[in-house]
Amino acid sequence: MQLVANDIGIRLGGRAVLDGVNIAVEGGELVGLIGPNGAGKTSLLRALAHLAPPATGRVLCDGRPLDEFPPIERARRTAYLAQGAEVHWPLTVEKLVALGRLPHRGSWGGESETDTAAIARAMQATDVGRFRGRTIATLSGGERMRVMLARALAVEAPILLADEPVAALDPYHQLQVMTVLKSTAGRGTAVVAVLHDLSLATRFCDRLVLLHGGRVLAVGRPAEVLGDENLRTAYAVGFARGRRDEQEFLVAWNSLQPQDIGR
Amino acid sequence: MTARLGGTRLLAGLAALAIALFIASALIGQVALPIGSGIADVWHGRPSPAALILFQLRLPRALLGLLVGMTLGLAGAVMQGLLRNPLAEPGVLGVSAMAAFGAVVAFYTGLSLRFALALPIGGVIGAFVAVAALAGLAGRRGSIFVLLLAGAAINSLAGALTALALNLSPNPYAAFEILFWLMGSLVDRSFEHVELAAPLMAVGWVLMLSGGGALDALTLGEETARSLGFALERVRFRLILGTAFAVGAAVAVSGAIGFVGLVVPHLLRPLVGHEPRRLLVPSALGGGCLVLAADIAVRWLRTGPELRLGVLTALIGAPFFLLLVLRLRRESV
Repeated sequence: MQLVANDIGIRLGGRAVLDGVNIAVEGGELVGLIGPNGAGKTSLLRALAHLAPPATGRVLCDGRPLDEFPPIERARRTAYLAQGAEVHWPLTVEKLVALGRLPHRGSWGGESETDTAAIARAMQATDVGRFRGRTIATLSGGERMRVMLARALAVEAPILLADEPVAALDPYHQLQVMTVLKSTAGRGTAVVAVLHDLSLATRFCDRLVLLHGGRVLAVGRPAEVLGDENLRTAYAVGFARGRRDEQEFLVAWNSLQPQDIGR
Repeated sequence: MTARLGGTRLLAGLAALAIALFIASALIGQVALPIGSGIADVWHGRPSPAALILFQLRLPRALLGLLVGMTLGLAGAVMQGLLRNPLAEPGVLGVSAMAAFGAVVAFYTGLSLRFALALPIGGVIGAFVAVAALAGLAGRRGSIFVLLLAGAAINSLAGALTALALNLSPNPYAAFEILFWLMGSLVDRSFEHVELAAPLMAVGWVLMLSGGGALDALTLGEETARSLGFALERVRFRLILGTAFAVGAAVAVSGAIGFVGLVVPHLLRPLVGHEPRRLLVPSALGGGCLVLAADIAVRWLRTGPELRLGVLTALIGAPFFLLLVLRLRRESV
């Protein structure tokens, strides 16, 4: 499975949110979408999910334009995990996860054995089986996010698009969710996640796409993308670096003035 | 384990109750009926008084009670799922009142004399305008308060328009007629009314039931529902159209009967594990039960002139509605 975005441009209220963005994601890799607020990360993810059809360019799934797929076929190929955990009725965790099977069930059909198995796998991968009978209102933020992730995993789509899956989580749950995303990619899924934490991004992602002002500033392996100059340009922040267990981590240290960035 | 109840046992129980109430409704009335011979007379086409009362008064009344109640229960469950709001209901939000206005226009312009279907179609158009306006005003990100205010505005506008239309018509009974349309009733209905409304209601039911999967998906918000393969614009239109067809046709033959679509889905929701799709059919059956029971009650209470059905449902439903508002307020604090 391969997801390719060619020359994506999106305008919102006369402003170019994305301009000439190209990216390609292969099955089996975890790609981090990084960049400062307003860089166009969410817009790009929504374009990849066909939730915001771009003004220019197109998204191809295995060489075929996304808009040529019937909605249900598209839904079976791309699972989308929205920001936050919007839930309107007090459904049990198990029923919420089961909603991920809707693209496979249609409007009249019941739950097949395949569905049941997929739901069980998704709940196991995210370790939410313990509270399968509880409602979302009784769960903590970290538990909720895992339930929403399980819902997205239950689609068992070859492409998983996650918008800030670790935002608002404590460090323990951040690591937990990243581990789930990594192992999902390990099973052959193409995973794209919008991330803010560069240490998590560099440790868990196979590749990073750094967006800045609606354009791709850098793309490649984390070490290539997260160079000082790129970070200065994109974030206007100086980062402190360190190493632990042969892996690099970054901490935002000081905000820079325009003359420091060299513009 | 309460969710398990939502399956066949709940459906069977509600269906049995609906059948029992239907039979009771056909038996109860101002005159005691020799029911056995009445049925035999109807069956053999003998025009005995018992057969006439049974066939021309009681059966259509019971049948309409069932159909109108099913429509209102189902429409309540659909509107609540679509707007993701437990306070949505055709009566409270002015959909029934707009349907009544549509029917009044069709009736008093003489359109329905020229072709009978104009009456329910007028109701359907009125209901469609109201649901579409609600979905437009408060459907996407609207808060509960925006929705209720929009509903209150539509409700009073429709009431005023209905009163205006009836006052302008050369009609000595205008005040009484206004009451009929805004506080519905099943008195003196005939099989003609059933024939007029039932097909349109059935179309509405099918449209509404076909959107069940989308209502489930909407539990997770519009963005996620879209990502699950639901073309929301189309689904929304189908559900609005279905609600309009069913509620419009129902109101055109019974007037506006409020709060059924509010009370019934609310009571049944916990029994189906709060799943919007699984709530639909039980809500329809439960709505039929409630309207049949209320229509039995207004005949049985013997309040002198018969209490109007819409008055009774409002007397039960309005306090219920207030309780719901109070609870929602507590939750949002």
